Amino acid sequence: MKKQLISLLVENQPGALMRVAGVLTSRGYNIESLTVAKTLDPTLSSMTIVVDDVSDDNRELLIKQITRLVNVIKAVDLTDSKSVQRELALIKVSSVRPELRSALTKEAEIFRARIVDVAPTHYTLEVTGSPDKIEALIDLLHHYGDVEMIRSGSMAMARMPKNQLPTPMFRMDADEASIETAVDSQG
Amino acid sequence: MALMTGAQILIEALAREGAEVIFGYPGGVTLPIYDVLYDHPLRHILVRHEENAAFMAQGFARTTGKVGVCMATSGPGATNLTTGLVDALMDSIPIVAITGQVPQALIGRDAFQEADTFGITRAATKHNYLVKDIDELAQVIHEAFHIAISGRPGPVLVDITKDVLTGKGRFTPVSELRPLRGYELQLDPEATAIEEAAAFVWEGERPLIYAGGGVIAADASDEVVELSEILGCPLVHTVMGHGMMRPDHPNYVSMLGMHGGYAANMAITECDTIIGVGVRFDDRVTGRLDRFAPHARVLHIDVDPAEINKNRRADVGVVGDAKRVLKKLNAKLRETASERADENAKARTAWHKQVFGWKREHPFDYEPSLDEIKPQYLMQRLDHFMGGESIMAVDVGQHQMWAAQWVRFNKPRLWQSSSGLGSMGFGLPAAMGAAVANPDKTVVALCGDGGFMMAQPELATIAANNLPVKVVIMNNGTLGMVRQWQELFYKERYSQVQMSDGFPDIPMLAAAFGLKGTTVRNPADLDDKLREAFEEPGPFVLNIHVTPKECVYPMVPAGGALSDMILGPQKPVMAGD
Repeated sequence: MKKQLISLLVENQPGALMRVAGVLTSRGYNIESLTVAKTLDPTLSSMTIVVDDVSDDNRELLIKQITRLVNVIKAVDLTDSKSVQRELALIKVSSVRPELRSALTKEAEIFRARIVDVAPTHYTLEVTGSPDKIEALIDLLHHYGDVEMIRSGSMAMARMPKNQLPTPMFRMDADEASIETAVDSQG
Repeated sequence: MALMTGAQILIEALAREGAEVIFGYPGGVTLPIYDVLYDHPLRHILVRHEENAAFMAQGFARTTGKVGVCMATSGPGATNLTTGLVDALMDSIPIVAITGQVPQALIGRDAFQEADTFGITRAATKHNYLVKDIDELAQVIHEAFHIAISGRPGPVLVDITKDVLTGKGRFTPVSELRPLRGYELQLDPEATAIEEAAAFVWEGERPLIYAGGGVIAADASDEVVELSEILGCPLVHTVMGHGMMRPDHPNYVSMLGMHGGYAANMAITECDTIIGVGVRFDDRVTGRLDRFAPHARVLHIDVDPAEINKNRRADVGVVGDAKRVLKKLNAKLRETASERADENAKARTAWHKQVFGWKREHPFDYEPSLDEIKPQYLMQRLDHFMGGESIMAVDVGQHQMWAAQWVRFNKPRLWQSSSGLGSMGFGLPAAMGAAVANPDKTVVALCGDGGFMMAQPELATIAANNLPVKVVIMNNGTLGMVRQWQELFYKERYSQVQMSDGFPDIPMLAAAFGLKGTTVRNPADLDDKLREAFEEPGPFVLNIHVTPKECVYPMVPAGGALSDMILGPQKPVMAGD
C-alpha cells in the first residue's frame, strides 16, 4: 500500500470532479490532496490527485475506471514515473520571540520561502516545493512560534513530452530515489 | 424554425432517436412533458411504480438491442428509478432515463420533491446530465442515446429542470452535435492483437470458450458459435449468456459458476486456455479467485478496457467490440488453420470428449416426485411449452437458477435476468417491457413468491394495457435462496424467510385486477394449466406450489473453488474424482 499520484485531463464541466472523486470515495479511499484548474484550453481542466494507501493491484484498475468516465480525457499514474511535483503553502508563524526574528528570516531564505506579510505579532511565509520540503519547513518553524498553515496540495507534471507519457495500460518503472534527488536539488 | 418549449424539444429529440415507447409516471415538474404527450403519437405506458419503469425499459432494451426509455418526476420519482438504473449498469443494458428537476431557482433550497438526482445517480449510471440551459437539451438527449448504446452499453440519466421544460428555445438537429472528447471507443481491435490472439488460441490443448452478456450486447452470437466450430472447442456461458449458442449444439456445455453445471465447472477448472468473450470474471462465476482455472492461460476480449486484468490477469487482452474482434479472429484462425490446426488437434479432440463425458455423467438432476411439483420439473415443463423460442424474464433466487439450468433458449435476447445486481422484483416488469417490444412473441415472467410480491402492483399495468404476459409464480412459500443458505450454512435457523403467511389467493388477486389466474398444486394438473395459460391470448397468472424444501444444486459454497461444488445433499465432489 502506498500513495498513488494521479494526473488527469478532464472536461471543464459540472460533475467532472464529482465523478472522479466518486470512483475513489466509493472504495473508501481517502483523497490526501486534490488540485484542479483550467488548462491552456479553457474547456479542459487538469487535476492532480494524491490518494492514500492504494494497493499495487488496484492502481491500474483505478486509472482505467477513471479513464472510462465520459468527462475524462486522460488519466495517468505518475506514482512511479518521472514527474515534477510541487506544492504551495502559506505559513503563518505567530508569537515569535524578538530575539528569534532574524534567525527565522534566515531559515526561511534557506528554504527559499518568501515573507509575504509581517506584523508585530506574526510573519506569513509563502513557500513552494516538494511536499517533503514543505513538511521539513513546517517542522522547523514550530521552534519559532505558533504555526498555522494552508497547503495547496500537490501539482504534478510528467517530466517527458506528453506524447511519450505512459498510457494507462503500462506504468514506467522508474528509480524513485533518483527522481527525488533530482527534484530536491532543483527545489 | 419556430421556437418550441423544452418539453416539446425533449419529445422531438426522443422521437428522432427512434424511441418507440416511454415507460413512465408523471409528477409535478414533469407536467409540461405529459402535456406534450397528451396528443403526441409517441407511446407512453403508465407504470404503477417508477422502479418498474426502469425494469420495463430494460425489458424493451434486452429483447431488442435498442435503447429503452423511462421517465419519472423529481425527488421520489427519481430515487425510485435508481435500483433499475444500477441494475442496468451492472448488466450493461442501454436505457435512457428522463427525470424532472425542480426549477433552477429552487435547487438547493429543499424545495418540495427536490432531491439531488444528479448526485444520487452519479454511481448508478454510465453517465448523467443536469440540463439547466434549454439550448443544450436536444444535444444532451442525442448524446445520452449515443452513450447508452455505444461501446459497453449502460444507463444514462438526463435530469431537466422545470424552467427548461417550460422555457422556449430552438431544436438542434442531430448533425450539429459536439464531439465527446473524453468518450473514446475502442471498437476495432489492433491487427497485432488479433495475430497474437490467434497464435495463443492454437497453442491450447484444452481450450474453453467462456462467454457472457457482452456477446449478446454486441450481437456476436453467430461469431462465437463459429469460433467454437473452427476450434472444435466447448463453450460455457454466464447467466447473461443464454441463447448465444443453441443448447443442442455439440459444443454447448452449460452455464458455469455457483450453480453452473458440473461439466462447465470442471471444464473451466481443468482447461489450459480460456477464451473469455464479454465476461467479467465475476465472483459468482469464479468462486474463490485464486483457485479459479488454475491451469489456464487467458485470452480476454472485451469492449471495456477496464475489464481486462480486473479480476483475473489476462495473458492476452484484446479491447474491441466482440463482433468485430471475433470476425477478425475467426478469419485469422481460418487463414492459419492449414499450418496450425493439426498441432494440437488430437489433444483438443480428447479434451472435447472429456468435457462431454462429464456432461453425460453429471447432467443437471433431481429426485422426481408424483406428489409434489418439483421446481426442476416445473422448469422442464416450461421449457417444453416455450420450445426454445419464447421470451422469459426471471426474478432473483432459486427459481432464477433452476430456470438458468433447465430452460433452453435457441436464440439470443430471449432470456432476461437481473444477473449482476440481482434485483428482486425485476422479472415481472422486465417481461412487460419485452411484451411491449415483441407483440409477436410469447412472454413468460417467472417469479418467486417473494419477487412477485415486490412487483405485483404492475398487474394493474398488465390489465390496463392487456399485455399478454404469462406470469408464473414458483411458490415455495419462502424466500427460497435465503432459506437454502440458512439450511446449509446457518444450522437451519430459518430467520425471516416465510412468505406463505399472508400470501394472497392468486386467482382472487388476479380477478381483482380483471385478470385470469389459477393455482396448481398437483403435478398431474401442471401441463393442463400451463397449456391453458399459453393458449390464452391475453395475460394469465399461474401460482404454482412447488416442493418447499428443495435446494439448488450443484452449488459452490461461497468462498469455495468451483471444483468444491456440491452436487446434491451431502455429496461433496472434489476435482479429479
